[in-house]
Amino acid sequence: MQYENVRTTCIYCGCGCAINLQVLDGEIVGVFPDPQHPISRGSLCIKGWNVASFVRHPDRLATPLVRQGEGFREASWDEALQLVAERMGAIYAASGPQSIGFLASAKCTNEENYLLQKLARTIVRTNNIDHCARL
Amino acid sequence: MTNSVPEFSAHTNCFLIIGSNTTEAHPLVASHVMEAQQRGAKVIVVDPRQTQMARLADLYLCPRPGTNVAWLNGLMHVIIAEGLQDASFVQERTEGYEELRQVVMTYPPEKVEEISGIPADDLRAAARLYAQHKPAAILYAMGITQHTTGTDNVKSCANLSMLTGNVGIAGGGVNPLRGQNNVQGACDLGGLPNVYPGYQAVTAPEVKEKFEQAWGVAGLDDQVGLTVTEMIEGAGQGNVRALYVMAENPLLSDPDINHVRHCLEQLDLLVVQDIFLTETAELAHVVLPATSFAEKDGTFTGTDRRVQRVQKAVEPLGESKPDWQIICELAQMMISGSRFQVPNLQPETWNYASPAEVMDEIAPVTPIYGGVSYERLEREGSLQWPVPTADHPGTPYLHKGKFSRGLGRFHAIHSQAAAELPDEAYPFTLTTGRLMFHFHTGTMTRRTEKLAQEVREAYVEMHPDDAARIGLDGAERVRVASRRGEIELAVRVTPAIRPGVVFIPFHFAEAAANVLTHAALDPDSGIPEFKVCAVQVEPVT
Repeated sequence: MQYENVRTTCIYCGCGCAINLQVLDGEIVGVFPDPQHPISRGSLCIKGWNVASFVRHPDRLATPLVRQGEGFREASWDEALQLVAERMGAIYAASGPQSIGFLASAKCTNEENYLLQKLARTIVRTNNIDHCARL
Repeated sequence: MTNSVPEFSAHTNCFLIIGSNTTEAHPLVASHVMEAQQRGAKVIVVDPRQTQMARLADLYLCPRPGTNVAWLNGLMHVIIAEGLQDASFVQERTEGYEELRQVVMTYPPEKVEEISGIPADDLRAAARLYAQHKPAAILYAMGITQHTTGTDNVKSCANLSMLTGNVGIAGGGVNPLRGQNNVQGACDLGGLPNVYPGYQAVTAPEVKEKFEQAWGVAGLDDQVGLTVTEMIEGAGQGNVRALYVMAENPLLSDPDINHVRHCLEQLDLLVVQDIFLTETAELAHVVLPATSFAEKDGTFTGTDRRVQRVQKAVEPLGESKPDWQIICELAQMMISGSRFQVPNLQPETWNYASPAEVMDEIAPVTPIYGGVSYERLEREGSLQWPVPTADHPGTPYLHKGKFSRGLGRFHAIHSQAAAELPDEAYPFTLTTGRLMFHFHTGTMTRRTEKLAQEVREAYVEMHPDDAARIGLDGAERVRVASRRGEIELAVRVTPAIRPGVVFIPFHFAEAAANVLTHAALDPDSGIPEFKVCAVQVEPVT
């Protein structure tokens, strides 16, 4: 048996409470707060205590999907990403950079937001990038 | 936030909490407010719903939705009329006071009572409490911003804070409580159509040149891009043909979602990168499986500008990949393909070994993050921006001694009505918001049994007088309709809401509040008026 506590940050709301994920043999078995954290000070709200419950939910997407009629079929990463690059490229060639838009995310990390806006700005050459800060 | 959450329990002597259901939506911020209250700090809550925070408050004001500028001007009227302003702060650190004074003096409490429904004497009491207990902090959430006058509301909060000398001191300031874990960071890192990382304008030639150099490209776009709502509108009109969505769910989170669906259906390419098949993903042409927060490394920036680590605890589920990795792989394919004109770009420049390496690229081009590194975060726990250099300790509160623009400018602002007011056909004002047990579009919390079992389905709150007025007569379900659409849902009758106002939490796809909401936007911020639209309510028998 292998056990560790992994300190990370809660994903519900902007409070920024630190949490510890209790990991046993590669799976999360519990969550506990950090007494030293300046905001949460050893407490969590009910969402925070339950923050890891959806991580292995059976509805999680586990493979890329490509539309087929009304539904989807499973695809490899290579096929799915090629399809995106190809179709976005065709639209770019036909209608120009401003016909493409990107939604970054208030749920994703700083690094991920940085990378997505860099992709939009350097490869597509558009500033059509926004996220749900307004919503 | 201009200030820091820990200052609230340590320093703040008065809180003015506006349009924030703090104990439900930001519980651990509320814990600092309650601790301050125990040592004698005063709490004023202004909200059309009598939230738990309102019940704990020393003074509770219950305005008509959409009247924030009027009652904030009224508060300033009382403060100036009674000589409670901080004259030396106004003199030394601000400009535009005379214009402000002239406007707010046209908002005497009796006139404000007519507009807002707040009794004149309560307004006077609030003004005195706020002005006489320094440091005083304004806390607000979407009840301030989600209005067609949202920018005016924010400026009015800033006016009030400066008028009383509460800016640039520990425990004071103007403090928006951000609703998403990393909405601050997404803004900081350039997830906005008008700015590069660190709020550097895309229209400024010297900034463009700097990023062209840093990224090894020429010809970056120097025009402001489209906002979310403009992109969706553009999709409907055929100007936007492809939309790439990373972990957002506009089909539930945006206003007037019947219209949003119509627009998204016109796209030639919709790509959604997410952890669940969201309502938006169901419409996609390609869906890319991302990992959850527990399966990746990175950083989030909290509401008080606090940069903190996200650390991987477990391996990604199935074939899912961290969002950063998906973006890098896609970027490499886009560069390798022949469609995009990227002569100077090499796929190898997108070979990041880890998010730490991405942060090392962010810091030198993003002055407010200049001193942020994983090594420091490991050692110090968190860093509050601006942290311009590796030896800078970070900034717990802003505007100490000086504003970034020099003098703080007062904005003299008149009150304006919301875009859609109740009338005979749609006699109620709908306002929307969150519940303690759910988060945003419910994608995660409704799949968490302990949370889902607390509140399983949507409902509308209404006042007992209104229930009688519509002849509810014990019916448990109602139909709520606006000019955009209608939904059917359970009803909860409660005296803890202003008569004439109904409230619906927006977490529930099957009775989505945003079928009803109005897409009128604040002209400056582009924020929709989620907090005010006109609806009718009838019992379902």
